[in-house]
Amino acid sequence: MNGLLILLIIVLLGVAAWQLSKIFSLTQLGTKRDDSGVANDRDNNINGYLMFAFVAFIYIVTILSFIKCGSFVLDTPASEHGKEVDSLMNISMVIIFIVQTLTQFLLHYFAFKYRGKEGQKALYFADNNKLEAIWTIIPVIVLAVLILYGLYTWNQIMYVDEDEEVINVELYAKQFAWEARYSGEDNTLGKANVRYIKDVNTVGVDMSDPASQDDKVVAEIHLPVGKKIHFRMRSQDVLHSAYMPHFRAQMNCVPGMVTEFAFIPTLTTAEMRGTTMMMKKVNGINKIRAKKSQALIAEGKPALEPYTFDYLLLCNKICGASHYNMQLKIVVESEADYKKWLASQKTIADAVKEANAPKVDPAAVTPEAAATVVVDSTKKVAEVVAKK
Amino acid sequence: MSHDHGHHKDTFITKYIFSIDHKMIAKQYLISGLLMGIIGVVLSLFFRMQIAWPEESFEVFKIFLGEKMAPGGVMRNDIYLALVTIHGTIMVFFVLTAGLSGTFSNLLIPLQIGARDMASGFMNMLSFWMFFISCVIMISSLFVESGPASAGWTIYPPLSALPEAIPGSGMGMTLWLVSMAIFIASSLMGSLNYIVTVINLRTKGMTMTRLPLTVWAFFVTAIIGVISFPVLFSAALLLIFDRSFGTSFYLSDIFIKGEVLHYQGGSPVLFEHLFWFLGHPEVYIVLLPALGITSEVIATNSRKPIFGYRAMIASIIAIAFLSTIVWGHHMFISGMNPFLGSVFTFTTLLIAIPSAVKAFNYITTLWKGNLQLNPGMLFSIGLVSTFITGGLTGIILGDSTLDINVHDTYFVVAHFHLVMGISALYGFFAGVYHWFPRMFGRMMNKTLGYIHFWVTAICAYGVFFPMHFIGMAGLPRRYYTNSNFPLFDELADTNVLITMFAIVGAAFQLVFFWNFFYSIFKGKKAPMNPWRSTTLEWTAPVEHMHGNWPGEIPAVHRWPYDYSKPGHDEDFVPQTTPMKEGEVELHH
Repeated sequence: MNGLLILLIIVLLGVAAWQLSKIFSLTQLGTKRDDSGVANDRDNNINGYLMFAFVAFIYIVTILSFIKCGSFVLDTPASEHGKEVDSLMNISMVIIFIVQTLTQFLLHYFAFKYRGKEGQKALYFADNNKLEAIWTIIPVIVLAVLILYGLYTWNQIMYVDEDEEVINVELYAKQFAWEARYSGEDNTLGKANVRYIKDVNTVGVDMSDPASQDDKVVAEIHLPVGKKIHFRMRSQDVLHSAYMPHFRAQMNCVPGMVTEFAFIPTLTTAEMRGTTMMMKKVNGINKIRAKKSQALIAEGKPALEPYTFDYLLLCNKICGASHYNMQLKIVVESEADYKKWLASQKTIADAVKEANAPKVDPAAVTPEAAATVVVDSTKKVAEVVAKK
Repeated sequence: MSHDHGHHKDTFITKYIFSIDHKMIAKQYLISGLLMGIIGVVLSLFFRMQIAWPEESFEVFKIFLGEKMAPGGVMRNDIYLALVTIHGTIMVFFVLTAGLSGTFSNLLIPLQIGARDMASGFMNMLSFWMFFISCVIMISSLFVESGPASAGWTIYPPLSALPEAIPGSGMGMTLWLVSMAIFIASSLMGSLNYIVTVINLRTKGMTMTRLPLTVWAFFVTAIIGVISFPVLFSAALLLIFDRSFGTSFYLSDIFIKGEVLHYQGGSPVLFEHLFWFLGHPEVYIVLLPALGITSEVIATNSRKPIFGYRAMIASIIAIAFLSTIVWGHHMFISGMNPFLGSVFTFTTLLIAIPSAVKAFNYITTLWKGNLQLNPGMLFSIGLVSTFITGGLTGIILGDSTLDINVHDTYFVVAHFHLVMGISALYGFFAGVYHWFPRMFGRMMNKTLGYIHFWVTAICAYGVFFPMHFIGMAGLPRRYYTNSNFPLFDELADTNVLITMFAIVGAAFQLVFFWNFFYSIFKGKKAPMNPWRSTTLEWTAPVEHMHGNWPGEIPAVHRWPYDYSKPGHDEDFVPQTTPMKEGEVELHH
């Protein structure tokens, strides 16, 4: 079937090419057949008009993209610095949009307006210092503004004040999963190195470090709204990148070193779900999923689960075969809920003690460990549903 | 093999295979580059099909990828990454570096400066054959058991260093590194030759400010290549050490497959610095020759001097200089010191200035011209268009603050494909259409050229314009499928559309290939100067000969852009025409 379709496409393309060449040669009627390979007035005329049409095409593609794809664009940042990032983005976009519209018009319009004609004389115009100064200086000014604004924001984002009150969280990356380590009561992350990895100590915490004892290793991230979270990223194998698009946050995880990124979440998961923008988006997505489900049911497969929004941590640096499915749910909630959740998590010291306790039936540990692994993939969900 | 340009009889082998004639070497580069281009584009169609219709079974995969790479016609997830990697490598290095520079620097430098051949014909031949060997090795890596290199064309370690991390980092990666090492040697020999030739072998009267902008672009490109390619060579060498001899230049504290590896003290960030020290100038190594070709083609076909000749030269030099101090904008979120991020934002946005000057100068060159819209001219105008569209989004990516959120998303893919991929490809096509008569003594069919351009132009925008929005939705690049994220479900239709445009666009390249190969044998015989151009290459006889000109090398009396100069009957005045009495030459 596939082969047939491809054959059909190739045949149709061949027909299209043949038809197009017919059209071009028909426009040559009346003149004597021209096989010089050099453009004549007719060619200039046709291609001149096409140039003009092409600028219209660019505008239409732009407008259509905005209509059809505009809603894809991440909206409503969920972090404090995200607002600054978005406003700089909007300013840059407006500038780009204006420059793009004008220059594309001039380029294609000139290509149309000055298309070659027999006897037309081109202007011998080789230089004009004033003009060149203008289009050197204007970009300089515009870029200077963008650079200054950009650097100001960059410094705000990237430098964390030493005295600031922060919650220290470690993001730990490995092929192909994330873990997180909370610093516990002392708000200090204990030392760690991959050489300490053993059994339940999956992120290599140095258990001899007093600061380590109350650290908590978890497989889901919870963040309190309105508090500055200072993330420290580590990786145990290859480069990964901790990408949290809704927070406008990203930092690579580099084996052998600790990288940092900090931000303040401003919207809880529930609040984000409640924004009109997100409700519209989720509705749209669920419509698509419902349609897909119908097709799946027709094939005798289980339907897709309806989608509810959650913040995500994605891997955004090529890291191996399953790079495309390395994700973790992030929950932003009130401080009280966050504290309750954190209190319910086991400290690493307890976890290690428990694991090392003699005669623990391994069967008793495994289901618990399995329960904490968050599998967010629709496929996995579908599989589970199917088994039921 | 003799080094002189004597009139001895050529055998088939010395004429077509181990030729030391720059025109033949240019053709060898062109045809190898085009063949590599076909492979690179077909690979991209394969992975585009996987993105549009994830994990579906395709007959073509069964045929071309086989049971191993695509069991039951469904592409494996690591093979997806392998295809992405090899597509990038082939297009960036083999097509747009060697194919583009190799073809046109070789063809045009001696012909446009008035030299009998390159400074060293033998080294030139060696350069091509090493390039050819590197092509063969790179292609052969597609056939090894564990699959070709799969760590992305940027081959960041540790992924590229550890076969445990991905199968492609075994034999496939070794072949990649060997191929690239040979490629770099080839590229350096080529570049040194171009530099020496431009400096030493210019004909009488051909001062530096009478050089066509093509030669300026090739010359500066060669200089950037000589500065930056050796750094990639060292980076690759150290990676080979890490992979094979257990050193720790890039690796440290690694736990993989349940085991701690011995590496300690190295840093992948070091590799990123070394890689991008080439990687960013590489963008301009690809782009500058295309812009050089555009300058020449636009001026000739506008029947006007290029606007702001000196500003164009200054821009080329400024871009070349700045290109070596902006590499860090690929690494804003690599974990390097944020202060460096500030510095690189500053230098990066500076590079927009000479780029803007170039774009405006091209537009002004069209103004009040008498545009001969030949296929080469269309591609040149198309280049300016995609150069602007793609270049503008660079303002966003070059700004460290904004890069945080679009880094490594499809926004980046859209940006660089437009600004360097499509633009450079257009430059390549413009060059082929324009200098085909000079290379093969025959004309290409213009009607087919027009069809080729218009369909390509529409498809290029169709593919890459919507891609910006997918990126701004936060979709990371290099994902085998997006179906694990319900969040990205709404992007699926657009991805299908993009793939459709890609397939149609790629299919219409067949029109070009047909036109190209048909015209080599059956095209209409070309006149000596079909485009009525001023530059020296059109004063040489149509039939190729060793030494380019039968008698004396012509002397040069004026700059190359005397189109429609008042006081002359013709609308072009060849560089060989002496100045009339009282005639003023610009810029001298």
